[in-house]
Amino acid sequence: MTGALVEVNNLSVGFTSAGGATLAILRNVDFSFGKGETVGLVGESGCGKSTLALAMMGFLKSGLRVLEGDVLFREHDLFAMDNSALEDIRGGDLALIPQNAGQALTPTSRIGRQIEESVRLHTTLAPERRRERVIELLSQVRLPEPEELLGRYPHEVSGGQQQRVAIAMALAGKPEVLLLDEPTTGLDVTTQAHVLELLRDLASETGTAMVYVSHDLGAVARVSDRIAVMYAGELVLQGPAREVLRNPAHPYARGLLLSIPKLKEAVVPSSMPGRPPPPDAVVQGCAFADRCTMAGQLCCDVSPPLVSTATGEVVRCHYHEKVENLPPPKAPRQGDGRSRDLSDTVLRLDEVSISYAKPGVIDQILGRQPDVTPTVDDIVLDVARGETLGLVGESGSGKSSILNTIAGLRPPRKGAITFENDVNLNAPVDRRDTDLLRRIQLIFQNPDASLNPRHTVAELLAQPLRLYFGLDAGELRDRSIALLEQVRLGSHYLGRLPGQMSGGEKQRVAIARAFAAEPELVLCDEVTSALDVSVQAVILDLLMELQARHNAAYVYVSHDLAVVRAIAGRVAVLYQGRLCEIGPSSKVYSLPSHPYTEVLLGAVLEPDPDSAPVLMAEDAVELSPPARGCPFQRRCPHRIGTICDTTKPPWQKTGDGHAIRCHIPLTDLERRQRRADSARRP
Amino acid sequence: MAVANPAREIPGNRAFRFGAVIREMARRPSGLVGLAIVGGHVLLAVISPWIVPYDFTTQNSHLVLAGPSPEHWLGGDHLGRDVLTRTMLGGRQALVISSLGTLIAVLWGGSLGLVLGLIGGKADDVVMRVVDAFMAIPWILFLLLIIAVLGTADVVLIPTLAFFYGISVIRISRAATHDVTARDFITAARARGERMWTIVWREILPNVRDVLLVDGAMRWSWMILAFSSLSFLGFGITPPTADWGLMIANGRGYMAVAPWAVLAPIIALSSMIIGVNLSADALAKTLGIDRAQKAPV
Ligand SMILES: Nc1ncnc2c1ncn2[C@@H]1O[C@H](COP(=O)(O)OP(=O)(O)OP(=O)(O)O)[C@@H](O)[C@H]1O
Ligand code: SF4
Ligand code: SF4
Ligand SMILES: [Mg+2]
Repeated sequence: MTGALVEVNNLSVGFTSAGGATLAILRNVDFSFGKGETVGLVGESGCGKSTLALAMMGFLKSGLRVLEGDVLFREHDLFAMDNSALEDIRGGDLALIPQNAGQALTPTSRIGRQIEESVRLHTTLAPERRRERVIELLSQVRLPEPEELLGRYPHEVSGGQQQRVAIAMALAGKPEVLLLDEPTTGLDVTTQAHVLELLRDLASETGTAMVYVSHDLGAVARVSDRIAVMYAGELVLQGPAREVLRNPAHPYARGLLLSIPKLKEAVVPSSMPGRPPPPDAVVQGCAFADRCTMAGQLCCDVSPPLVSTATGEVVRCHYHEKVENLPPPKAPRQGDGRSRDLSDTVLRLDEVSISYAKPGVIDQILGRQPDVTPTVDDIVLDVARGETLGLVGESGSGKSSILNTIAGLRPPRKGAITFENDVNLNAPVDRRDTDLLRRIQLIFQNPDASLNPRHTVAELLAQPLRLYFGLDAGELRDRSIALLEQVRLGSHYLGRLPGQMSGGEKQRVAIARAFAAEPELVLCDEVTSALDVSVQAVILDLLMELQARHNAAYVYVSHDLAVVRAIAGRVAVLYQGRLCEIGPSSKVYSLPSHPYTEVLLGAVLEPDPDSAPVLMAEDAVELSPPARGCPFQRRCPHRIGTICDTTKPPWQKTGDGHAIRCHIPLTDLERRQRRADSARRP
Repeated sequence: MAVANPAREIPGNRAFRFGAVIREMARRPSGLVGLAIVGGHVLLAVISPWIVPYDFTTQNSHLVLAGPSPEHWLGGDHLGRDVLTRTMLGGRQALVISSLGTLIAVLWGGSLGLVLGLIGGKADDVVMRVVDAFMAIPWILFLLLIIAVLGTADVVLIPTLAFFYGISVIRISRAATHDVTARDFITAARARGERMWTIVWREILPNVRDVLLVDGAMRWSWMILAFSSLSFLGFGITPPTADWGLMIANGRGYMAVAPWAVLAPIIALSSMIIGVNLSADALAKTLGIDRAQKAPV
């Protein structure tokens, strides 16, 4: 291709395994892009996205080598260059923003100095002009008051601002190509939307070509002209973003898209079973064949060639014309729309408040509670038998704190928690009896941390069984196998250690461990946010199935509004440890909304080329809740005046148990929101 | 990639796992050599009293500083005793004392570190200060002082060595415990309502154990060296017991005339230490512990 800025030709990258075999982790990748183009590179974890991105900088992780093919930058072979030539190009013309770049800033050096250092390395500016350039860069990434920011340390700015600083540093050399590895993963929804809008603007302002590596099609959709999908080290599909998102010609891309929960539908997305093959799996035919619903004999025998379609996509599939009319791999499960007897309450929180402040010496002597604004305050909630209550909010909004308090790990400072109408849950774990402990179970975000790495699955499952039911060895085995079956794992997993399973399998074991107790209430803390979307869909589906079978109630904590929409019948929105809105999800996800819910909903990224996030409030995260008035006062786009700062807003009810906590009368609020909404829609 | 390789599965059975660890160690060249050396020394220590060619105290005037011969493969020492016999027997004391000493050191240091890591707070602060203070003292001086006062009997040597070596185990074990207690699986166990004892025994210990094992193996080799140093200085073993450190000290003066009398114990001692070190290394790699990070100071 002529005029390509970066050109990857038939590139294969691999390593030599312990057994001496050569294993490829990138296979025959052909990929190129020109000046000013923006490309998204997506795929599940382990598909080789980052390896490809790094190879485009002429860089390979240790142990890897080029088996075949080359990478050209402006028609120069990067892997044939010597180190000093490469160093000149890297960081200058070709810049990389690694994953978690914001958190990777040097903590002991001021922001101004760090950016100036990049300017010094990558430009020939005279020292006295550098400061000017630093300020210019900071305003380019929309950081407020750049002059003042120069003197701050990285920990003195928010996560979103750190990410902007990292972007500013990468822009210092006016690169022609910017490679971004998961640029917004780990950021809050609102911050994520802001950073992506910034990148989009930068691409059009500066004409820099950008490559976004991400597992999140929603994030990539917004910023890419073109999307490339990788599977098991191969590029299986690439084409114009609109085409790939609307009508992907490859079954894998289609499966990925279908497994993303949608904000507008209360259904658990259809899942795509299985996972990518390891590099040593002997691949004959299509690598995707064992997960593909269309696979035929041809697929298993012959690996599909790359072909171009009429719509401008390049695809690696024998039957790509048929993909469009394919039924979903598994019909989506209807979300939690069942009506439940809400008076059959399992859990009730009454004016609960939680504080992390330690009482000082004087307070201790006097037996007083310290007089500080509690982290979580005024929580009034109830959960009915067998229902799912979603709890959403940004990081630091106190979601986990509430779950931990219900589980008895941190007693509340004030208020009452009751279980089954008469059991007092204010007591910490060590004062709860075994049967009560059994009835409430917790599932954590990251199964790597929540499963003891030294225990086999058999031991992990035996713990609750022994503790709560006193089973003996024979019974343990039968029961464990039955539990594994419920989470769709075979009995051969009993001997595995957590290190020998994938993320999704580990989370299933964690779920099986919780259900071993036959609980009535399961507290789920971001149980899918560490997983790939395809795996997330499987886990959500499984959770729904188990809930139906055991009639357990869930409190489901997540920062992802679409996931909560898929699984929860009712939703509570939390800001700075205070409730803003609560009600049936159909009501919470439609107008009128609490201004904070509106901001959150606006920031959700959807894998749709036509949906643009709505950026309302600033993304600056607050560190502590305000002492008086409305918790959202500092960021509220609808703030009506001092009443918001001084007086706690009232709960306004709309019926069906839906309530919004705001000073603006609901009819008024709805009118404002509709007006703003139609103003945005030309 | 987060994909398991079923061929390398380690079965859940504990006893079997120990075997699996040893086998995995032996698969590495360093582990194989290390295990062979250590195994050989241990075997020799056990059976040597029955297989030595001569009595280790018999002084033969013809053999004084004699060179190797078909009857006396390694010749004789300055008192005319058979060097081969004495070398074969010379590791027994070092082995027994250092093994017991290491075991006690790891046990007491490990459990104290575990408890400190668990309770944290004031008590932890205070004890760690004391530990730091102890670590600042040149312990060999202290050791000599204690031995000078209490004598060199085994009942003095073993606890003294164990005490000093245990102090640095405290830090290792405490750090490892801290590492583990912050993880979600401990929170999970607490939320499940497990008793404290179960949490320590089943959740924390298996994770700390590996670190302690590797650390113990390292410390063992140092303790062998320390014991030999003591006996070299004349504080370890009462003559005429055969002991490498003592043999080296005695043979040193006749180095020029009878090099074998000093070389034999030196080679025996250093091979032992190298063997233990290699094994510790292989153990660390097998258990997945990066010694560069956890290396005791
Ligand atoms: N052990 C602790 N000591 C002091 N403050 C804490 C502690 N744990 C949490 N906090 C603070 O309490 C607030 C709420 O934290 P929490 O972990 O409940 O938030 P979250 O909504 O679960 O956030 P995330 O989405 O990041 O998990 C935060 O400001 C946090 O810094
Ligand atoms: S080639 Fe066959 S197995 Fe591969 S994606 Fe296409 S239809 Fe599926
Ligand atoms: S009470 Fe005021 S600050 Fe709070 S959400 Fe309503 S308008 Fe905004
Ligand atoms: Mg949390």
